Amino acid sequence: MSPVHRLRVNPIACEAHGMCHELLPERISLDEWGYPILDGAPLDPALLAHARRAAAACPTFALLVEQRRRD
Amino acid sequence: MSVRQPLADSRVYLAERSTPRERGEPGLPRLLSGIPASGALPLGEHLALHGPLPASHGRGWTRARRGDGALIEEVERAGLLGRGGGAFPTAAKLRAVAGAARSTLGGRPIVVVNAAEGEPVSAKDRTLLRSLPHLPLDGALLAARAVGAREVLVGVCESRPEVREALASALAERRAHGADALAGTIDVQLHPVPHRYVAGQESALVNHLSGGPALPTFTPPRPFERGVRGRPTLVCNVETLAHCALIARHGAEWFCELGTDEQPGSALVTLAGAVVHPGVYEIEHGSSLGALLDAADGPTAEVRAVLLGGYSGAWVDGSWLPQLALSDRQLQPYGASLGAGVVLVLSTRACPVAELARLTRWLASQSARQCGPCVFGLDAIATVFEQLVLPLALDRRGAERRLRTLAATVDRRGACGHPDGVARLVASAVEVFADELAQHARRGPCAACSRPSELPGLAR
Repeated sequence: MSPVHRLRVNPIACEAHGMCHELLPERISLDEWGYPILDGAPLDPALLAHARRAAAACPTFALLVEQRRRD
Repeated sequence: MSVRQPLADSRVYLAERSTPRERGEPGLPRLLSGIPASGALPLGEHLALHGPLPASHGRGWTRARRGDGALIEEVERAGLLGRGGGAFPTAAKLRAVAGAARSTLGGRPIVVVNAAEGEPVSAKDRTLLRSLPHLPLDGALLAARAVGAREVLVGVCESRPEVREALASALAERRAHGADALAGTIDVQLHPVPHRYVAGQESALVNHLSGGPALPTFTPPRPFERGVRGRPTLVCNVETLAHCALIARHGAEWFCELGTDEQPGSALVTLAGAVVHPGVYEIEHGSSLGALLDAADGPTAEVRAVLLGGYSGAWVDGSWLPQLALSDRQLQPYGASLGAGVVLVLSTRACPVAELARLTRWLASQSARQCGPCVFGLDAIATVFEQLVLPLALDRRGAERRLRTLAATVDRRGACGHPDGVARLVASAVEVFADELAQHARRGPCAACSRPSELPGLAR
């Protein structure tokens, strides 16, 4: 029942600034137009702080770190 | 054997399975029974044909005897799946809305009838609304009662005034009839929605009915949690509700007499393209695609491929036709599904690459232009197809690989399912039309490229 964190992007809000890729290249790549590609897998706890920083740095607040309970 | 019933204005035919059923009568038509040659079936005739609404006469399923959840249970036992394209279990939706209304501060739920039918080929919903409006209205009122709603909003495409008029006069008929127990307590309003492909997408419809633009929104919250004006909202397709009206009257066992175990019941399909008699047909789930084509007096030329589901559906090769049966389970190995019930036949006379260039450009034009991957990706896909059919194209090499990459890139990258649908369409096209794509990549446009399109409704 430990919480699982996942990254999600709000594609409507995202304007392809690319900050998230700069700050979390381990988990976020960019497509050919500069929009982030996420794999949807749970976040490694070691990367959680980096993920939160990337979410906070997004100029349009399009990157979300979501917490869900493990089933 | 097939039964055909030509209709003056909307060309409705009834297709039945070709082999005799084990359990007695074929039992079709269901939804389309009593369909008039023109105009709408009057309320009196509708009630004479299907019987009164269960609640008003205390026969069968009644609120007094079996409570509000009875319809939900019946629909669940019937295994009804939504007919707007998503094939989501209708009972689960009803339950979620009823549950959200009970458990949150969301207030009284709202029922939305999704009559936008933005799919250009599809004509089944507007056929029901125009010719048999009381069936979906019954379903909407029953659904409203099941989830405890007092408000029903019908979102009708603004470019179809005839549908709006048919609904308005059907509602007036009900008010005049008076005896309809449901009409007094549940308010039904018609709302025009813009003529646009994504306007019928669930969150776009809810957004529009809440006073916003008809554009998809970022979810969650899903409509069942927080929908129109923040209330728990049930969004159902027209045909889905029409089935509900019959399930409430005749029960789940009756419903399951037709169809397959996974997908019981009958379905409306819109048959279009290179067939002798295009139109709306009622089929039994699991019946063969060949039998449907026979019911339409066959294709007008040799069949090259069939597009199943809609313009964001999947192509299946014409040579697979003998094996294809119309149920999601049986179509799954071919990467296809019934979707919104569109069956579009492409003949060998057409150039599939040119058709895809037109189709993908249209799909790109229908993007809500909110999400980057959809805006840029769909345009890029259309451009690849266009390069293959232009005489002086700059670069045609690697088109197939580029299409595969782009399809994978746009898949599930938008707020709504629009890019996913285009990805599915393109991925299936690359498989089915591999030869034509390779030929165009080598030699450019073919003689058939300039033929008129077999795909209807792509005018902007």
